[in-house]
Amino acid sequence: MTDLFTLAISAILINNIILSKFFGMCPFLGVSRKTSSAIGMGAAVLFVIVGASCITYGLHYLVLVPLGIEYMQLITFILVIASFVQLTEIIIKKFSPVLYKSLGIYLPLITTNCAVLFVAKDNITQGFNISEMLTYSFSVPLGFMLVLYIFSAIRERLDSSKVPASWVGNPIALVVAGLMAIAFTGFAGLV
Amino acid sequence: MNRKQNFINGFIKENPVFGLYLGLCSALAISTTIDNAIGMGLCVTLVLIFSNVIISAMRKITPSEIRIPVYIVVIATLVTCAEMLIHAFMPSLFTSLGVFISLIVVNCIILGRAEAFASKNGVVDAALDGLGMGLGYTFSLLLISVVRELLATASLTLSNPFTSDIIFQINLTSLEAYKISLFSSPAGAFLTFAAFSAVFAMIKNKSDAKEKGTK
Repeated sequence: MTDLFTLAISAILINNIILSKFFGMCPFLGVSRKTSSAIGMGAAVLFVIVGASCITYGLHYLVLVPLGIEYMQLITFILVIASFVQLTEIIIKKFSPVLYKSLGIYLPLITTNCAVLFVAKDNITQGFNISEMLTYSFSVPLGFMLVLYIFSAIRERLDSSKVPASWVGNPIALVVAGLMAIAFTGFAGLV
Repeated sequence: MNRKQNFINGFIKENPVFGLYLGLCSALAISTTIDNAIGMGLCVTLVLIFSNVIISAMRKITPSEIRIPVYIVVIATLVTCAEMLIHAFMPSLFTSLGVFISLIVVNCIILGRAEAFASKNGVVDAALDGLGMGLGYTFSLLLISVVRELLATASLTLSNPFTSDIIFQINLTSLEAYKISLFSSPAGAFLTFAAFSAVFAMIKNKSDAKEKGTK
């Protein structure tokens, strides 16, 4: 149990997926202008990562390994992720139009979010068992959501501050990300 | 003329990394040393050229409803090939790039060029576009990595990926005491990248202002 807790804490804070591994940079810069859309994106990513990880994990150990075709891993995983995202979109659209309205535009973007593919692959390369896999694929997107939320809160303040002309927009946002990365290295001694 | 302009656009005005903010994940994570930057850049360039050519050749027989899955399968296949080749012939590069080789699949540059350019243009143009964009990407990785490696280690080393012999090495021993190890960490990547994108934005603002002035 303590192992799982350590795994979760290190995935959320210490090896944070954005600040130490740079995965999911595109949505990180793209949808972090408002705190509300940051939460929406975070929730959508959480759902897709947990779902896609479960499917790819099962697929790897029940289909690819028995058949000895592990080299097909990349192609199968990316197809699973792409179709899972599509499926989620259709289901949410059908059953909860309100949720679809708030998440809808972010869903298609998730296919090209490298975080999803990374978590799916990392579950295999690190040789996790099922409970570790679940903990890991739950805490990585939590870390993503946390950083995305903090970042968007800072960016809302940035909008009303005076920034030199060539730094407006993404450059100053990247400086903020750099400072956050320095701050997050402070968590390194936690585990 | 137009082709040449397409090709050059990839470097400054439409630089995929600094101008369009595509492919950031790998650009930031890989750019710790120039070896990695060149290896990753050339790998992406090759995949980009081949995927552009294949997608452009198939553009008339691909139904538009399922074009994205088709593109993804083409790209994933090419990346798997690239991964196996690198594993076989450049083992040192394979270990230092690690998971990022397979993550080329989700590199937005490749899917973006497939959708925006290759699906509408002929094979030759698509190949040239792939080459230009790929080299623009390599160029930006190289810029970031030179700054980061120099500041973090006070030296620059370039080695042959096939044999891992050192091709050339510059050691700035007088600056050894002033190196900043922060720049090999993620925070350094963000800061270097921010500075470069500000410079590119400045160049772009200036040339836009000039164009307005002449018109």
